[in-house]
Amino acid sequence: MKADRTLDCVGLYCPMPIVKTSQEIREMGEGEVLEVIADDKGIKSDMPAWCSKTGNECLSIEERDGEFHVFVRKKG
Amino acid sequence: MSEAQDKATIVVFSGELDRALAAFNIATTAASMGMEVTMFFTFWGLNVVAKEGARGSGRSPLQRMLGLVNRGGARRLRLSRLDMLGGGRAAMKKLMRAYRMPSLEEMMAMARELGVRFIACTTSMALMGLGESDFIPEVDEFAGAATYVEEASRSAINLFI
Repeated sequence: MKADRTLDCVGLYCPMPIVKTSQEIREMGEGEVLEVIADDKGIKSDMPAWCSKTGNECLSIEERDGEFHVFVRKKG
Repeated sequence: MSEAQDKATIVVFSGELDRALAAFNIATTAASMGMEVTMFFTFWGLNVVAKEGARGSGRSPLQRMLGLVNRGGARRLRLSRLDMLGGGRAAMKKLMRAYRMPSLEEMMAMARELGVRFIACTTSMALMGLGESDFIPEVDEFAGAATYVEEASRSAINLFI
């Protein structure tokens, strides 16, 4: 999947990936896709929860070599 | 920030590092999820938002005694368990740095950037002999229980930590 921006959260724990995602998304345009890379597995549950609360779309979560690549589309 | 969909209120009653970290973790997360967040600091929780080394200086000798053993400042907070005269606290802070977890002071700054409001309880302040000048400038308001109850009554999340 192709992303407009990538946010590296490897090595960061709660609440940092979510706080950084919310800050990054705010800078982005409507409909743009953000890729968040994290290795705290809480992200698998937390990012869909964040999206459901904020109205953004969680497109997919891919696990590669112990890292989670989460794709989020900013609400339009 | 995006328009607040609903509110979260957190009473910070405890003045311990681990409990304060939990409170700020939830506060910053809720703010990141578009919620309007207010934190009410009361009783021992006042130490979290008191200036470094602030101590009670009321009229009563008891307040002054309390001031000697109960100093304010986020950096000075103990752990609720295994503090071991500061050894446990130092170990926990070292471990948090190793795991790149933000310190309490960093969490507080982050909470402010995210728009979290800080309110200090005036009744506890009076009891402990603390004045407005004993608090960090980030405290938005000095108020009582009615302010909290009014905000809590409009909140989807309401915690007492």
